[in-house]
Amino acid sequence: MTAADVLLLAFGAVAVGAGLLVVATRHLVRAGLHLVVCLGALAGMFLVLTAELVAWVQVLIYVGAVVVLLLFAVMLTRAPIGASDDLDRPGWPAALVGGGAGLGLTALLVDAFRWSRVDLPAAGTAERLGEQVFRSWVLPFEVLSVLLLAALVGAVVLARPEIGRRAEAGGPPADLGRRPPPPAQATGEPGRRTPPAPTRADEDGRR
Amino acid sequence: MRPVIPYVTAALLFGLGVYGVLRRRNAVLVLMAVELMLNAVNLILVTADTTVRAQLPHAGQVFALFVIVLAAAEVGVGLAIVLQLYRLRASVVVDEVPLDEDAAAEPVAATVEGGR
Repeated sequence: MTAADVLLLAFGAVAVGAGLLVVATRHLVRAGLHLVVCLGALAGMFLVLTAELVAWVQVLIYVGAVVVLLLFAVMLTRAPIGASDDLDRPGWPAALVGGGAGLGLTALLVDAFRWSRVDLPAAGTAERLGEQVFRSWVLPFEVLSVLLLAALVGAVVLARPEIGRRAEAGGPPADLGRRPPPPAQATGEPGRRTPPAPTRADEDGRR
Repeated sequence: MRPVIPYVTAALLFGLGVYGVLRRRNAVLVLMAVELMLNAVNLILVTADTTVRAQLPHAGQVFALFVIVLAAAEVGVGLAIVLQLYRLRASVVVDEVPLDEDAAAEPVAATVEGGR
């Protein structure tokens, strides 16, 4: 056991423990914060595995952007503060499938690698990785930029339902009022974010 | 470096992600479990980069970068869908999402008890 192995074991234990809490906790916000710990431990593992650039990108994009987005979504959907009991469905099938996938992959990988050891290669610094990205992987890189643009446009269309509806109706925007709208769209522009009244009452009665 | 340690960590994280996706009813928590699975795959890619000597150096790490970008795009669109669902149904419980055309017009009350 070298120092790298000890570090990998420690980071791995933290990552798996935090991951377990993400899928097991009954507090919505705490699930997001445990996800931060899990992703941070994974960034540490990337550092030990000599993937410097990937580790810092992981911290920037995952811990910095994705988790913040997820926490925004938790708050925008009016998640209850404190423990909530209705987060899970009764899940023996989930435990069976998830445990089967995890333990099956573990058995496969343990059987493949045993207790062998390898020497760590040269570190994946920004210079080396940039050289690879812009020499061997330029085409996938460009395709990814198109995908990001498509995701951006898709998110904008989803967030503004009137765009999609106008195209679907094929008519002028004045046509909007005469079509039978779904319940949430019945209210006008100012009330768009508030859910319809019967739904709210039902939701409150359910909690 | 013993490659079996990060590999086993990644396998366990992937299992936890699968479990979370199947178990959770809240759509935001389902997205978090998907992030766990994506990160397990990233760990596999980065570890494979150190253990397998490929013809192109650092291909695994480049793939991990690509997966991170894909995950960012996925979470953006996914959260837009979740917020739209919340605006329409005042609930992000995936069990109660109506899957047939007619159910979109009826009130939520009809599906709440049926979803249990």
